[in-house]
Amino acid sequence: MQCVELNSGTQIKGAAGIIETKGLHHVYRGHEGDTHALGGIDIRIEEGDFVAIIGRNGSGKSTLAKHFNAILLPTEGRVLVLGMDTRDTGLLWSIRQAVGMVFQNPDNQIVATVIDEDVAFGPENLGVPTPEIAERVDAALRQVNMLALRHHAPHLLSGGQKQRVAIAGVLAMHPKLLVLDEATAMLDPVGRAEVIETILALRSIAKMTTVLITHHMDEAVLAHRVIVMDEGRVVASGTPAEVFAQPELLESLGLDVPLAAKLAKELIRSGLSLPEGILTAAQLVDSLCQFN
Amino acid sequence: MSMLQNVTLGQYFPGTSVVHRLDPRTKLGLALAYIIVLFIARTGLSYSVLALASAGIVLLSEVPIKLVLRGLRPILMILSLTVVLHVFTSREGVELVSFWFIRIYSGGVIQGFMLAFRLVLLVLSTSILTLTTSPIALTDAIELALRPLRRFGVPAHELAMMMTIALRFIPTLLEEAEKIMKAQLARGADFESGGLLKRAKSLLPLLIPLFISAFRRADELAMAMEARCYRGGEGRTKYKVLAYSRLDLYAAMCFTAVGVVALAL
Ligand SMILES: Nc1ncnc2c1ncn2[C@@H]1O[C@H](COP(=O)(O)OP(=O)(O)OP(=O)(O)O)[C@@H](O)[C@H]1O
Ligand SMILES: [Mg+2]
Repeated sequence: MQCVELNSGTQIKGAAGIIETKGLHHVYRGHEGDTHALGGIDIRIEEGDFVAIIGRNGSGKSTLAKHFNAILLPTEGRVLVLGMDTRDTGLLWSIRQAVGMVFQNPDNQIVATVIDEDVAFGPENLGVPTPEIAERVDAALRQVNMLALRHHAPHLLSGGQKQRVAIAGVLAMHPKLLVLDEATAMLDPVGRAEVIETILALRSIAKMTTVLITHHMDEAVLAHRVIVMDEGRVVASGTPAEVFAQPELLESLGLDVPLAAKLAKELIRSGLSLPEGILTAAQLVDSLCQFN
Repeated sequence: MSMLQNVTLGQYFPGTSVVHRLDPRTKLGLALAYIIVLFIARTGLSYSVLALASAGIVLLSEVPIKLVLRGLRPILMILSLTVVLHVFTSREGVELVSFWFIRIYSGGVIQGFMLAFRLVLLVLSTSILTLTTSPIALTDAIELALRPLRRFGVPAHELAMMMTIALRFIPTLLEEAEKIMKAQLARGADFESGGLLKRAKSLLPLLIPLFISAFRRADELAMAMEARCYRGGEGRTKYKVLAYSRLDLYAAMCFTAVGVVALAL
């Protein structure tokens, strides 16, 4: 049994996006009662999108993400991955191959005792022929800039390096969508910067469709689209400029405005004539330099 | 790493020597054969031949002698006990010492040292195997060796995967144990003093958080593996495929020769 490799377009029915959810509900059944974690989600992620999902703890971000590769199935509604319904068990492995997922804890997703063996784990599971596995491992490690450490043991790496290996492990499966569920949450600032840099490089070179779940607003502003979740629902969605222009809404959801945006606002209030809609440190520095 | 540093596992010493380059299946098979011959052998001459062979392999492997000998440290107690028991209890051969209630006979001395020697060779041969074979290669070899037994319900792939994951997580869990231990020590816990029972009890605050975390890790790892399309050994291909070379043939021939000579003497 082999995972069907998805050549661009062959299996995509009509104008199906990479991900499409329709009236998606999810209820966790537990001993102490049920948790209605998702209450009707309708989103679409197109090829080439870069989407950030933000929301406070328990708002349902991870639950949503786990529907993208059929780790969880909808209690109600549907999730289509490249037009494939996740409830169709026959398509399970094609769906998982198409949607690569990187999790929060770098220690708990590396399987093998050597880096390159770990990157090979996915392709091995897919039944990729041996010579091609080697090519994929090399390419994936090069993409995350970890080729030099390919023979190292994972426990000797830094957190940022481990997460890059995890990303490589997913890339080697040739996914259509990369989902990172708080992949930077356990990292120090250096590690975070490494991982974000890797994601941006993948975006610019490989045009990788990306979903970035994060608590860091300065990461969310890098996306093209931000989806804000609360209590299992999408409460706001739009470009970073649109979303972060609503500080009251964000505050009511227990979320922050990016530091650079906050600073720009204060500067404007104190009389500096900066342009509106500054979100990133780079933008702020740019306009401050012009100001001089 | 301080307290737990002396727990060594997966003591692989990377290298490119002839011994390193042998196929892990060959090494596994030959180590087993060596151990069997060791237990059949009876005479001192046989042991000498086997010891010489061992020494030769150690030299060929280019692993520092110190590292090889370190493998003997855990069995020092057993070794001395073996010798002492035989020397003082055996009544074979000629009497060597007769002092007060102590009687030592030549048979006991010879037997004790022979047995100890056999144990040393046994440990050395397995040490050389693990020192020159990476854990991955070893698990691969074990998986392939067990594969024919699948017909009888031996889960070859699953066993190998379990070993790989265990090897992967031992350092992580050791690190974590160390962290918890330090946290408990900072709060005045005492792991070192007291009787056996007290010490075992004092380990509970270490073991319980460690177990809880290990289960959480296992849960997350299982999900991460499934997300990467893991579904058992069926239909899986291999990144690194084991392959015999001429070297393996030579090694097998040399070993056969040594075995025949050792058993003939
Ligand atoms: N396995 C589970 N069993 C029962 N309830 C769960 C389970 N996983 C999550 N929940 C509940 O579902 C809700 C949504 O959780 P989810 O993990 O999706 O939130 P999240 O937005 O990812 O939060 P965080 O930012 O903390 O990661 C929460 O109320 C949570 O307690
Ligand atoms: Mg989460």
